[in-house]
Amino acid sequence: MSKDIRIRKGLDIKLVGEAEKKTVNAIRSNVYAIKPDDFHGIVPKVIAKQGTEVKAGEPLFHSKSNENILFPSPVSGEIVEIVRGAKRKILAFKILGDKEQKFADFGTKDVNAMSGEEVKSHLLSSGCWPFIKQRPYDVIANPDVAPKAIFVSGYATAPLAADLDYVLEGKENELQVALTALSKLTEGQVHVSVGKQSNSPLSNLNNVTLHKVSGPHPAGNVSVQIAKIDPINKGEVVWVVNPQDLVIIGELLLTGKFNAERTIALVGSSVKKPQYYKTVIGTEVSTMVYDSGVHDESNIRVISGDVLTGENVKPDGYLGYYHNTISIIPEGDDYEFFGWNKPIFNKISPSRALTFSWLFPNKKYSLNTNTNGEHRAFVVTGSYENVFPLDIYPLQLLKACMVNDLDAMEQLGMYEVAPEDFALTEFVCVSKQPHQQIIREGLDLMLKEIG
Amino acid sequence: MGLKDKLHKLKLKYKGKKMAPAFNAIHTFLYLPNETTHSGSHVRAADDLKRTMNTVIMSLLPCLIFGMFNAGYQHHLALGEIQAVSGGFLSAEFWTLDNLIVGLWEVLPLVVVSYGVGLAVEFVFAVIKGHEVEEGYLVTGMLVPLIVPVDTPLWMLAVAVVFGVVIGKEVFGGTGMNILNPALTIRAFLFFAYPTWMSGDKVWVHGAVERANEIAGGAQLDAISGETILGGLAQGKEILAQTASHGKEVTYSIADAFYGFIPGSVGETSAILILLGGLFLIFTKIGSWRIMVSAVLGALIMGLIFNGITNAGWIAESSKFYALMDLEFWKHLIVGGIAFGIVFMATDPVTASQTNKGKWIYGFLIGFISILIRVFNPAYPEGVFLAILLMNVFAPTIDHYVVQGNVKKRMKRLKLKTA
Repeated sequence: MSKDIRIRKGLDIKLVGEAEKKTVNAIRSNVYAIKPDDFHGIVPKVIAKQGTEVKAGEPLFHSKSNENILFPSPVSGEIVEIVRGAKRKILAFKILGDKEQKFADFGTKDVNAMSGEEVKSHLLSSGCWPFIKQRPYDVIANPDVAPKAIFVSGYATAPLAADLDYVLEGKENELQVALTALSKLTEGQVHVSVGKQSNSPLSNLNNVTLHKVSGPHPAGNVSVQIAKIDPINKGEVVWVVNPQDLVIIGELLLTGKFNAERTIALVGSSVKKPQYYKTVIGTEVSTMVYDSGVHDESNIRVISGDVLTGENVKPDGYLGYYHNTISIIPEGDDYEFFGWNKPIFNKISPSRALTFSWLFPNKKYSLNTNTNGEHRAFVVTGSYENVFPLDIYPLQLLKACMVNDLDAMEQLGMYEVAPEDFALTEFVCVSKQPHQQIIREGLDLMLKEIG
Repeated sequence: MGLKDKLHKLKLKYKGKKMAPAFNAIHTFLYLPNETTHSGSHVRAADDLKRTMNTVIMSLLPCLIFGMFNAGYQHHLALGEIQAVSGGFLSAEFWTLDNLIVGLWEVLPLVVVSYGVGLAVEFVFAVIKGHEVEEGYLVTGMLVPLIVPVDTPLWMLAVAVVFGVVIGKEVFGGTGMNILNPALTIRAFLFFAYPTWMSGDKVWVHGAVERANEIAGGAQLDAISGETILGGLAQGKEILAQTASHGKEVTYSIADAFYGFIPGSVGETSAILILLGGLFLIFTKIGSWRIMVSAVLGALIMGLIFNGITNAGWIAESSKFYALMDLEFWKHLIVGGIAFGIVFMATDPVTASQTNKGKWIYGFLIGFISILIRVFNPAYPEGVFLAILLMNVFAPTIDHYVVQGNVKKRMKRLKLKTA
């Protein structure tokens, strides 16, 4: 039962610095870091103490609330440091990678013969569980609650995001095995969506329902696809997996190894040679950044992830657990004379208020991190709706979150959204409000109060 | 060291001090700040609140300039010093230096007082409450002089502005939090506190009040009559005629009303410039076309209903409501302040409905009720400011029901699932 999904509302942010379709092997990182903050809401309990040697796939820590959820080391090596912050909160596990990688052996499996319970315990014990996230709340899935469906979005529409058709090329086997395994975890269907024009390796797989998606960003956001295919109601849970993580799950089942290798796109207007790199989760971003070179080194922002939802990791930071893009753009830490009233040609604007991006719909822009204005109360109305395809009132939902009104949040559709869905409304916001943060805090409150 | 660096040093010096918001307001007026994104999206669109407000001001400027010429024109015309315009919108009789000088002399002080007093209140509140000076008043300050009679005493305006900004806006928490449109709150305050200065046939033309006082003092002079078209119609006069005449009985042509060569509040008379301003706001996507279109529809439909009533003969020609009811429905849009209200006041995003569906209802009712009040309020035959204030109060209710529609849809989906 394939269904075409077409989105009209949205905004494609066209930026300079798209990755050339050429993959090189990144230089091996000395130190790898796993940051518990990448797993939202997880409080880590240390398993591998400082100084111990781990193999790739062996657990570093487990979740305080569920000790079955293990978080593995992406590489083999020695834990050189557990970085702690205020109140001894664990910020990162740093692993000094071995020259010769040693993998923990989880044993090869015949997926077709496995039961749902076997799949689940295998994914948990091998550390692959954190790849599975759930809606509502956009957190790591609770293994005790079976989802009504599982969603995989194979279509990336975020600005400069890695082209999934390209990075998944040749991985059909792994994808098929992983999706077959996942299909045993739900009584419902596994929905896979691909771009309408694409020639994705995900298009010809069994045990899944395929959907073809078209339209501007956020058409590739999984919430949009869920809303069109099988919307989440109160009390229901769906699971979401990124396609590049399916490859890791598939390889685990086929070979018994947890191989955290990933092809990522290095993009952005500050990058001299934007291209794809084959690297490992948790790697130092500098291994790629200085290989391709950057313009104006003193004035860059290095983002693990895309420019709308990624994390500011600084040039000495590490690739995030779920990210397959590193974006580097200029910092905007400068004043602009009469910047608020002069005609603007070099920035994107949804309006035409002496801003002229509407004249050049195909122009690629080099945006910096300047907010282009100060934080204000919500004033303008109706602009969010133009870039927000969900059947939800975004302004009203944001306000409900700001006043911690749980009833209103529930009624207005909080179960159906993730912070990333508010990235575009945040981008166009005239009042420069932190939409994603507001939604994240709202979801956290709901998770705590309602669960 | 350039100005940019000097200001940056000063900004650091003032950081955390009481006066920081006041300094920042001036600093950010000169320079777009060096603020970068900290959470969420790392890039942002070019528009900010200042740009948005600036766009509205740009759309108001033609009305202001026209209002200055018109103040002088009405003044000289009433004194019989010049001939009425004979050509079209660009008539040479209208765009003269003489007219402009009177306008500058009378209108600029209104603008200065409006901005000076209003911004002073804003700065004081920003400093006391420690928040940034928000840009809302930039538009309010421009609207206020355009919606008052030209001879409004400046002290009166100042009192009204203080009232409007404090009670209309700041007590609710400032820009973005207010329920009533601040400019209309100021207008309403003036209207109810000083009714003799806000209505009648003596306030719309510069010099008319002064002349009336002189006559009362025994001077042998002709009174200056500066009646608005609505005022005339409310008294049953045939003031809107085929041809303009400025003899004993003053009449205005449709073209006069459309171009704006008529008495009225400073900036509300020129329907053509208001139309252009509205189109500009719609084109720039700053003003809500939904509100403008639905309000025009609402006004036309109410006008049609009244036309239907007079055509059916349900009301006697002697009735005091007859003349306004019998006014052809579309003419309502070019007389009085309704066009100005619809384009520049009803579309204030803070006090209007916030949902797209709600905007249709909100706008429609504004147009509808404006004409209703206009016809049935002979004491002051302009309803648009009361209609907008009324709908400001009801906008949250409209939104509530629109949003409930969405909530119900979600509940229904849930029930279908669990059933």
